Amino acid sequence: MTHLRSELRQRAEELIALYPRRRSAMLPLLHLAQEQDGYLSDEAMAEVAELTGTTPAEVRGTAAFYDMFHLEPVGRYVVGVCTNIACLLAGGEELLAHAGRTLGCSVGGTSPDGLFTLEETECLADCNIAPVVQVNHRYVRTTTPELFDALIEDLRQGRLDHDVPPHGTLIRVRRSGGLRVEREELAAERAEARAARDARAATEAN
Amino acid sequence: MATLDAPRIVTSRATYADSHTLSRYLDTGGYQALRQALTMFPEQVAAQVDAASLLGRGGAGFPAGRKWSMLRKSPVSYLVVNGDESEPATFKDHFLVERDPHQLVEGVIIAAFALQVTQAFIFLRGEFALGLERVQQAVNEAYEHGALGRRIFGSSFSLDIVVHPGAGAYICGEETALIEALEGKRGFPRIKPPFFPAVTGLYGEPTVVNNVETMSNLPWIVQHGGAAFAALGAGRSTGTRLFALAGRVRNPGVFEIEMVKNTFRDLIFDPRLGGGIIDDRRVKAIIPGGVSAPWFGPELLDLPLGQDEVGERGSMLGSGSIVVMDETSCVVRAAWRITKFFSRESCGQCTPCREGSGWLERILYRLEHGGGRLEDVDLLLDLSDNIAPGLTWPPQQTTICVLGSSIPSSIHAAISMFRDDFYEHVEHEGCPHD
Ligand SMILES: Cc1cc2nc3c(=O)[nH]c(=O)nc-3n(C[C@H](O)[C@H](O)[C@H](O)COP(=O)(O)O)c2cc1C
Ligand code: SF4
Repeated sequence: MTHLRSELRQRAEELIALYPRRRSAMLPLLHLAQEQDGYLSDEAMAEVAELTGTTPAEVRGTAAFYDMFHLEPVGRYVVGVCTNIACLLAGGEELLAHAGRTLGCSVGGTSPDGLFTLEETECLADCNIAPVVQVNHRYVRTTTPELFDALIEDLRQGRLDHDVPPHGTLIRVRRSGGLRVEREELAAERAEARAARDARAATEAN
Repeated sequence: MATLDAPRIVTSRATYADSHTLSRYLDTGGYQALRQALTMFPEQVAAQVDAASLLGRGGAGFPAGRKWSMLRKSPVSYLVVNGDESEPATFKDHFLVERDPHQLVEGVIIAAFALQVTQAFIFLRGEFALGLERVQQAVNEAYEHGALGRRIFGSSFSLDIVVHPGAGAYICGEETALIEALEGKRGFPRIKPPFFPAVTGLYGEPTVVNNVETMSNLPWIVQHGGAAFAALGAGRSTGTRLFALAGRVRNPGVFEIEMVKNTFRDLIFDPRLGGGIIDDRRVKAIIPGGVSAPWFGPELLDLPLGQDEVGERGSMLGSGSIVVMDETSCVVRAAWRITKFFSRESCGQCTPCREGSGWLERILYRLEHGGGRLEDVDLLLDLSDNIAPGLTWPPQQTTICVLGSSIPSSIHAAISMFRDDFYEHVEHEGCPHD
């Protein structure tokens, strides 16, 4: 029995096949593991280690480096409010404080109903609609306390389920077509291309 | 008034709501440049890019053609596209990946052909969920269209592109950290000299790393020729460039304008661009090229937006981000927040960066929030001097990568320009703006 359910396990194998080396699939696989559990469980990290040819400690050490990976359970919605320079100038700190009051938790904490985890983020690169708020890494363009509260209500009522999948689901478009080409085949093709080029150059020179 | 008669090179489809779809892309000339490139020799394509004198748009402004010519000859080499875009207040690549993903993909295929690379990676920051989906969709469609995969458009050239998500780490925008992340590791920058990625990159193989916007310029350059691109702008700054304007302006956004022909004032005040300052207040300071760049005061508003023009005045155009602060903005708070960012994002390998950023952040915090001392101002400069000796521009580097040497930029600028604001914070025991 694998920890990843079979559909995700299959997607994991597909992702690994895209890279010249298995370990390169580390970040994509950790995102997949988060898609299943909403965070990175020990079981999931052990499986990612097996899949990438590394050890669970290496997987944990790598995952811990990256802000998007959660080693502890989080809410269904991770709400990020940016307070970096552009948002700071547009009231990001005030919006973050308001978010804490609405959700009933502090930064890094989870709301009492377990639905929302609040984070203070660094710049999210959407500074023309500041302060920037993301929910599960979807831009929700909610710049005022009123809009923020309406957003939370919409999320609670499930009205945004289509736009904002549960935390962990990142890329819903699956790679299709074009499997990785074997090196030898490519080398042969390139030799052929080079020969054709040289031949063309020779004729053009004449 | 700004000069806005240059062609739109990378934002030509921005007015269409469906600008990200293959059908719109094909209707507006998409993949024609690639077809054209495939009839040329790879060296001829590279020569056009060289003639365009296209400077990299990721931050360092290195000529793309020169970088390509430095790629070590090897049976295996890679092209890696940098879409990590995490420099605060920089949001132009975000615009390009969501609004015109096919243009990016076509640019990548053209570059790969010119470099004769058969495997490319597009690294996008993980927080770009929609961007990741759009670029993956574009790659899928390019495969179906015959623009990717084996024998592209019936030629002898084959290429695969993998779309790779980051996972939240500013430092992964640094090209060697990005390569580490792509190898499935923590984003620790590598010591570069003497081995740059073009010699030893991904898996130790020669690798070209280029920015999303750099790539997005290539279809136009192939179709119109490098000379047409070089005819725009002036001096070393050719073509157009995307500027991400943010902060206290009425109309923040991403604007494509010709290099050098416009000034900071044009960009900030022209009604078709930034539209002026909120409530018609006065500019207090601008950050010209991302938060790693030293600030300018209002006396430099008439400086042209060109790489050398800004460089000669002791700062940089960097990542193409411009942040405007007005009289209501607190420069101590701004410097504190920027330093907090560096402190959070330091990868921790180098002591001056890891420890220095934390100390500086704590001192700025107490100045801003109460508890600051008069001698803190010079202490900030002293500590900054330990990280980047002499506080020169460009900075002296004591660390593996330039994240460390960028930390003093905002602190040094804020103190040089607004020392009294710092003292005011001490007297007021906190921020007078609160
Ligand atoms: C701390 C740091 C962060 C960086 N972030 C980015 C980034 O997000 N995107 C980018 O294209 N370049 C970034 N760079 C610059 C890259 O190292 C590299 O120079 C660039 O991707 C090369 O592409 P170009 O020549 O097309 O500009 C960063 C550099 C440093 C030191
Ligand atoms: S300068 Fe900072 S971010 Fe760069 S390698 Fe050193 S510790 Fe890491």
